[in-house]
Amino acid sequence: MSQQGIYINATCIIRHHSVDRNGQPVYAHEVPQADLQDFLRGLYDRFSGQYPKFHKMDLLSKLGWAATEILLQDMPMDQYTPEDTGVILANASSSLDTDEKYFDTVQEIASPALFVYTLPNIVIGEISIRHKFKGENAFFVAERFDIPFVTGYAAQLLESGAVKAVVCGWVEQYHASHEAAFYLMETAPRGMALPYSAETAEKLYR
Amino acid sequence: MTKVYVAAENIVSPLGLTAPANFERLLAGESGIRRQPGGFYASAMPDELLRQPVLAAGLEGNTRFEQLLCLSISDALSRTKVPIGDSRTAFILSTTKGNIALLEQGKAGSADASMLLHATAARIAGIVGAAAKPIVVSNACISGLLAILIAQRLIRAGQYDHAVVCGADELTRFVLSGFQSFQAVSDEPCRPFDAARKGVTLGEGAATVVLTKDTTLLPEGESVLLGEGASSNDANHISGPSRTGAELASALTSAMRRSRLEPADIGFVSAHGTATLYNDEMEANAFHLSGLLQVPVNSLKGNYGHTLGAAGLIETVAGIYAMKHGVVLPTAGFESSGISHPLMVSSHLEKRPMQHFLKTTSGFGGCNAAMVFSKVTL
Repeated sequence: MSQQGIYINATCIIRHHSVDRNGQPVYAHEVPQADLQDFLRGLYDRFSGQYPKFHKMDLLSKLGWAATEILLQDMPMDQYTPEDTGVILANASSSLDTDEKYFDTVQEIASPALFVYTLPNIVIGEISIRHKFKGENAFFVAERFDIPFVTGYAAQLLESGAVKAVVCGWVEQYHASHEAAFYLMETAPRGMALPYSAETAEKLYR
Repeated sequence: MTKVYVAAENIVSPLGLTAPANFERLLAGESGIRRQPGGFYASAMPDELLRQPVLAAGLEGNTRFEQLLCLSISDALSRTKVPIGDSRTAFILSTTKGNIALLEQGKAGSADASMLLHATAARIAGIVGAAAKPIVVSNACISGLLAILIAQRLIRAGQYDHAVVCGADELTRFVLSGFQSFQAVSDEPCRPFDAARKGVTLGEGAATVVLTKDTTLLPEGESVLLGEGASSNDANHISGPSRTGAELASALTSAMRRSRLEPADIGFVSAHGTATLYNDEMEANAFHLSGLLQVPVNSLKGNYGHTLGAAGLIETVAGIYAMKHGVVLPTAGFESSGISHPLMVSSHLEKRPMQHFLKTTSGFGGCNAAMVFSKVTL
């Protein structure tokens, strides 16, 4: 597959209660041992603070939502029609953390508010609602972040003209463990403007 | 662009353990939906249907979810020379909940089975002898159709020459309680697109399609070619469908346009048709926007219930058989239209010569997928 005309224009990596954007640290939680809920709330306050729907999301959706929020800081997407942007994500444990929480409620009164989050692609829905992205979707589940596969699939969507921009990457959360690694890939260069290759995507993840 | 064909299919459902057996039951208008212990309706796999084949395949140590999939994959593979043990054959598994039943069986920490979808996929890959690393697609109720679309794209990208695409979901208390908490479960067998529809009926099952770009591996006679497909997101609500249907329509029109087809070329639309008020109305809007009001539409949810991650695959396989036989299957449970556009909802078995059909799916998270399937003579 030729990779001409596909660029990685921004990245956002969230791990160990800190955030790197385009390879530069942009946030570290004051309390390194903070509860994940508190850490994600800290991200919301620092990078957004104007989106009440955030508070009803499960932790996986909050993590992916926050990663996209940070990824797209100073990267306006309004030059695209809604159908031009796709969201392609992957993780290891699907929605298992929320599955467990939901199933705890089934014994008493099953919670519809939790049930809806017992699918991993709901985070794609939340990101799509926030940014009005209506293009291609896919959620993959794999033991580890297979960067050539996920970014390669995104690159193929761009190359085939199915979309003009893709938010893609890894969004994993189970109990306190969490990691997000998001890429903005586009057919036009801006921001980091790194010509796409799987090797480049892998270097940015380390 | 590389052409990708269907080399073999299977359906494992309460209506049978092979695709031909299922199709015969569908032609006869039969449904797997029964009243279950506990009073709700569902299309559940009877234990006696599974017992003998599970023993014969040596699967008694596996979970029911794994049994359904392994039986489906083995039957499909027995009908083709596409080599599962070749690393050029992708192995793609579609499911929403995998082994979630372990949670309600108190076996969450079991060493023999895992609720982690990738671990389950690896286990199944080992049993069926897949050489390629499994790819798991878990994208709500569009998973099955999306998995076929992804397989086509991976073959076109040159990453694989063939693909075994399988999907399954099991009827569980976990999922039933969730749909009940939404007040979305019908208290009678579901009635897609009907004026008196009251919600979904759940089902369980598995299905497999074996895909290849190698025409020498196809069965004699007419072949089934994958047309173009697309997915989209409503960007509206995580548990309610689009108000306008414009996003499903965008996937539908993209699939038709890039397949160079007009609505008049489509033999029928195999709809998602879950029989919830909102889903069926959204689909009616989308078909209206896509110019499909003159094309027969059916839903197989009245035969299979909603089989979640298997639905796109089961209904695609049934659609392929219907297209090959030149028939439009009826919509079990449908009597009088209850949607705001005059769709041609198929209510009885109808002969119709055709070269193409459209499959659509929609799901939680606002996702939609649509794909064209065509009949060709090589």
